[in-house]
Amino acid sequence: MKSLGSIRRSFAPWTDPAARPYIAFENITKRFGDFVAVDDLSLRIYEREFFALLGASGCGKSTLLRMLAGFEEPTSGRILLDGQDLRGIPPYRRPVNMMFQSYALFPHMSVEQNIAFGLKQDGMPKAQIAERVAEMLKLVKLEQFARRKPHQLSGGQRQRVALARSVAKRPKVLLLDEPLGALDKKLREETQFELMDLQQNLGLTFVVVTHDQEEAMTMADRIAILDKGRVMQVATPAEIYEAPSSRFVAGFVGTVNLLEGSVMSRDGASLRIKGASGAEIRVENVPDDVSSGEVAFAIRPEKIKVSPRRPAEGTANVMEGEIFDLAYLGDMTVYHVRLADGQVVKASALNSARVSEDQLTWSDKAWISFAPDAGVVLTR
Amino acid sequence: MNTTWSRFNIVSIVLGFAFLYIPIVLLIVFSFNESRLVTVWAGFSTKWYGELFRNQGLIDAAWVTARVAFISATVATVLGTMAALALTRYTRFRGRVLFSGMVFAPLVMPEVITGLSLLLLFVAIGLDRGFLTVTLAHITFSMCFVAVVVQSRLISFDRSLEEAAMDLGATPVKTFFAITLPVILPAIVSGWMLAFTLSLDDLVIASFASGPGATTLPMKIYSQVRLGVTPEINAACTILIAIVAVGVLIASVVNKSREVQRQRDEQAAQRH
Ligand SMILES: Nc1ncnc2c1ncn2[C@@H]1O[C@H](COP(=O)(O)OP(=O)(O)OP(=O)(O)O)[C@@H](O)[C@H]1O
Ligand SMILES: [Mg+2]
Repeated sequence: MKSLGSIRRSFAPWTDPAARPYIAFENITKRFGDFVAVDDLSLRIYEREFFALLGASGCGKSTLLRMLAGFEEPTSGRILLDGQDLRGIPPYRRPVNMMFQSYALFPHMSVEQNIAFGLKQDGMPKAQIAERVAEMLKLVKLEQFARRKPHQLSGGQRQRVALARSVAKRPKVLLLDEPLGALDKKLREETQFELMDLQQNLGLTFVVVTHDQEEAMTMADRIAILDKGRVMQVATPAEIYEAPSSRFVAGFVGTVNLLEGSVMSRDGASLRIKGASGAEIRVENVPDDVSSGEVAFAIRPEKIKVSPRRPAEGTANVMEGEIFDLAYLGDMTVYHVRLADGQVVKASALNSARVSEDQLTWSDKAWISFAPDAGVVLTR
Repeated sequence: MNTTWSRFNIVSIVLGFAFLYIPIVLLIVFSFNESRLVTVWAGFSTKWYGELFRNQGLIDAAWVTARVAFISATVATVLGTMAALALTRYTRFRGRVLFSGMVFAPLVMPEVITGLSLLLLFVAIGLDRGFLTVTLAHITFSMCFVAVVVQSRLISFDRSLEEAAMDLGATPVKTFFAITLPVILPAIVSGWMLAFTLSLDDLVIASFASGPGATTLPMKIYSQVRLGVTPEINAACTILIAIVAVGVLIASVVNKSREVQRQRDEQAAQRH
């Protein structure tokens, strides 16, 4: 587990323009009658990547997986797997296995038989099947449950059987549709690491569907944020969090403050924005394409400093307000500060000291401030 | 919950059961009657059972009935299951509503009409009435019952099981035999048993569709009773009742023990 971080850091085939994607969705559209579930979507996923699809319910995540597994055909566009067009290839001939949202364990078969099912279809010799099944049972720590039927297992155990069954064939690509949806928090966290371990050890490509952003952030190399069948952004968890490309993505992942305004002037890579409240916001490291018009400044709560006294003269981006609400969470406190124009800004502060003399409480006057590079400018 | 027996409860239970079972009990009792007169008790005897086994006509009829019931139930189960699959799986084909309505109409159709129309058909195509025509007639009407039973199971069948099987490399045919069939098997078996018993005790349709040489047991009993009830018939009916009772008993014991086993397993699972 410890080596995970270092392996991960050096893995970034998407930055290499010469790298060939392992799975490519090219302009995929899927309609159900008049309803457009997936809308002209393109995605590239690389070998050995842990890729997460994140989006609200009904945005087309499962549909995307089902098209890759072969249960639905795209209305238009094509899907390539290792350079091969998948159109017309039935599910049972695709080197892709799926772990179902509902687990879909065969109720009349024991845990063992469930896991062996796929291997039998390949005509693997009996002895080898037994060996592989034992290995899988060990992997998911269900050795003593081999003879049980699915209805004799707890929810978490069933989920692990489903996982073992889908991994048993060592598919090139494993699709997981909300694999941890039914688990409690503790088991879910444990299993997240088990999954990451598995993916590393077997060198598989994982495509995971989830609507839990924390889960996606923990596990994935890259995340695609979907909305209404369209890709909003594809990036690493850190990029998604620190450099969202649109108001939607910024709001979807984590908590964000959006300060609307219009561009006053641009000087090199720094920008001055006139906020709705009249306050001026100075931003640095702004991308080249932003120079005028209506924009939003997006900043995360933990990057805003709250203080009961006016910061020193010359500090950039200072705004005055009043503590509207606060929530003490133990490790940190979240302040809701109401600015002059009525907008409420969330700021969080780590409680690094047990007792602080700068205690702020309801209705106190407060000043917020943030560095010019603490947030991003969004035009979309 | 109030578990004490009120007088009203006792009275209604006694009345209800009496209504159901007194005729049957009478029939059984009189099958052991020494006398030839059905309504006069003249002492215990099993001689009518002996008579029964020497009555070639009744034995032939029983044999015909068993064969008709077995063959028609089996064929009706295959056809009914196929109809149920078609109706639940291909939900978007044209005229589905009409088709499903047509499959289920015979359930409510008066038997006389079904029998008569089959008779007309057999006459029209020049099929001699006999064993084949009774069997065909029974297939026709019991198939609908099988379709209903199997369809209600298929509606709650989780299609993702089939997708999972195909995802793991099983062809559609293999998926059907390895996954779908075993899962819906209990419904198919009860469909078969329903078809079997329907065929076993059918009188009306058999009377229309049958011909010389293919007299079923209900037809035989009915024709003999018209000449007067004999203790022999009582004995035959008692044996039928015994067979049915044993069948029901076995089915419920098997069910019960499976249920108990299941509960034990589930408790075991929770302890882990
Ligand atoms: N077979 C179908 N017929 C008609 N509409 C469908 C069908 N399958 C999916 N849809 C529609 O397509 C949209 C996307 O469905 P999909 O199952 O991909 O959502 P999802 O992102 O997986 O949602 P969730 O997080 O709830 O699982 C939904 O609005 C759904 O109603
Ligand atoms: Mg889904």
